[in-house]
Amino acid sequence: MNNPILLIIQREFLSRVRKKTFLLVTILGPLVFAALLIVPGILASMPEDDKKIIVLDEAALIIPEEGRGEYQLEYLDPRENDLVTAKEFFAESEYDALLYIPTGENWDPDFIKNNILLFGKEDPSINMVQFLDGILEDRLNKQKLLRNGVDPEVVAQSATQVSIQSYTVGEEGEEEQQSATGLKMGLGYIAGMFIYFFIFFYSVMVMRGVIEEKSSRIVEVIISSVRPFQLMMGKILGIGAVGVVQFVIWVVLSGGIYLATTTLLFPEMLAEQAAAGPGGAEAASIQGFEIFDQLRAINFPLIIGGFVFYFFAGYFLYSAMFAALGSAIDQEADSQQFMMPVTVPMLIALVTAANVIQDPNGPLAFWMSMIPFTAPISMMIRLPFGIPIWQVFVSGAILIGTFFTMVALAGKIYRVGILMYGKKITWKELYKWLRH
Amino acid sequence: MIKATNVTKRYSQKLALDAINLSIPKGSVFGLLGPNGAGKTSFIRIMNQITAPDEGQVFFGDRALQPRDIARIGYLPEERGLYKKMKVGEQVLYLARLKGLSTAEAKLRAKKWFERLEMADFWEKKVEDLSKGMAQKVQFVTTVLHEPELLIFDEPFTGFDPINTNLIKREILRLSEEGATVIFSTHRMESVEEICDHIGLINNGQVMVEGPLLDIRKRYQNGTYSFVVKEAVEHWGEGTLLEESKHHTGNNYTVKFESYPGMVVSELAAKGTLVAFEEVLPSVQDIFIEIVENGAKLVPHE
Repeated sequence: MNNPILLIIQREFLSRVRKKTFLLVTILGPLVFAALLIVPGILASMPEDDKKIIVLDEAALIIPEEGRGEYQLEYLDPRENDLVTAKEFFAESEYDALLYIPTGENWDPDFIKNNILLFGKEDPSINMVQFLDGILEDRLNKQKLLRNGVDPEVVAQSATQVSIQSYTVGEEGEEEQQSATGLKMGLGYIAGMFIYFFIFFYSVMVMRGVIEEKSSRIVEVIISSVRPFQLMMGKILGIGAVGVVQFVIWVVLSGGIYLATTTLLFPEMLAEQAAAGPGGAEAASIQGFEIFDQLRAINFPLIIGGFVFYFFAGYFLYSAMFAALGSAIDQEADSQQFMMPVTVPMLIALVTAANVIQDPNGPLAFWMSMIPFTAPISMMIRLPFGIPIWQVFVSGAILIGTFFTMVALAGKIYRVGILMYGKKITWKELYKWLRH
Repeated sequence: MIKATNVTKRYSQKLALDAINLSIPKGSVFGLLGPNGAGKTSFIRIMNQITAPDEGQVFFGDRALQPRDIARIGYLPEERGLYKKMKVGEQVLYLARLKGLSTAEAKLRAKKWFERLEMADFWEKKVEDLSKGMAQKVQFVTTVLHEPELLIFDEPFTGFDPINTNLIKREILRLSEEGATVIFSTHRMESVEEICDHIGLINNGQVMVEGPLLDIRKRYQNGTYSFVVKEAVEHWGEGTLLEESKHHTGNNYTVKFESYPGMVVSELAAKGTLVAFEEVLPSVQDIFIEIVENGAKLVPHE
């Protein structure tokens, strides 16, 4: 005897995996993803044209400064030029920009700071403006300090940068871990985003599949052989399997492409990175230890376990809702207005992601990770920050409970919906089907 | 083969089936007749276990209908279709396996059917590349491939082109001869009269009449007779002339009498002008109208 659910899973899986578009998306996806990682690196490492800036420094504020990196400063003699002749000179010269620093009456720094002008052949880049701002502010600060009788050297020496070393203390014993907030944020955010895209992409695929069966009218033939619930679950599981396969291929390929291109094509980039920073190799190895320490601070088994759990539970929850939705409508065009309310919780979870990251143990984060519709995303964002384990279990239990309820409800709507044609569906109508 | 007792099905506002009792004899070609919305499809979906009755029971053979009986039923729904993007062969095998056939067995039988209906070259094609008529043949094969004991066709001839209609009628009758029980459901009553031996007439969720077609038509005999006479006949005595037409062997008269027209027949016979005399049985359509207007006639005691 054939197991009908297995047959359905098999068909749903194979019919999608064998499509050309699947192959295309699966292979292009990592390429695009890898490109996103690599291209900025390539662009950043490309040498840029030097920018030459001609300066008319009437205030003699920055005069010996020669510029840094791509920005070269040269000066006009303020005794022989004013703004008018400087502009004329600039217009005919090959300089990229003209900086004008006026001197007010009594050399007033507050007057100067408000009257500095920059002219460019084209719009001056933000980088250039920032570079000039930095120099100008530094000089003006020093001048102001001097005028108030303070030695800038003293100020420079007393400037202090604090680096807090944060620890989390386990409830039992003195177990301490070094925090790695940046890494955790990144990890949580990426995991949350992945779950969002996975749930959304494949749940909509489930809905499309249901609508396709309905509009091609094959559905009644199928459900004269299998239970409607079996058809729905087979579809959800089959498409979920497509998602998992695609996801795994993506991760492996993206990682492979990234490693291959960075080690083969840009070995000097890696070397540069390693050599960068004060102190060269020694510092680089200290950095390495720091990253190693940070990685140790993260509970990877919990995160990976959580990811797999919320990945699947979230997908099942939403795909059941989308399947019910698909069964209720005849055409994909009608789906928009019903998709909205279903997708809103996920959007809220995404929009509040930043707030959750800022305060991973605050009330917003707590409730968002308890509500089953937002939990897959919100809890995933919180997980790297180390949260009380009971919360994970409670959230998981609620999610599983909701998932089973939702599948049962969706099954009821689905059973009625797939045989219903040409009826404009309202929420009231859906509620009626539930009680059939 | 199928026996329904007291089967009731309610939808939110509507009573689709109102305690119907129906028996469909094994090996019969059963016409499930009635206008649109009478409850035919509701009953068919119950037999296919797509929906469950609210009350009552359906027996399959001599025991209650069970989920696994699905493999013994072939169903061609009114709303039919196939996966457009799937290859024909794959699709036929898939649907057969859902009905419990093994892949090898399904392949063997499908190849045979494809040969028979001259569609062997469809196998590798996608359904969306088939013409409508070709897709209809595929659909028919998927309905019968698992050699079901009970075949249910819901409005089988709507949407089929005339050539396929004949082909499929022929194949269905062949399957019937081989022992399958066949149920035709249609609102176009005249279309199946010629092939059904049993009928059940449904209206507003109730069975108006059911049984062997000939018995029912006899029961609703209303004294109408047809005569073919060599000469013109002016007077019909007690009878009322309904229709008159030319026949190649004489004049054809349809006359309605209150009782058996023995006198008229013997008079004509004595003259030697009577070519043919026949009782005119009412059509299913007529019976239906009669029932709707005047109620059903009780079954006479035997």
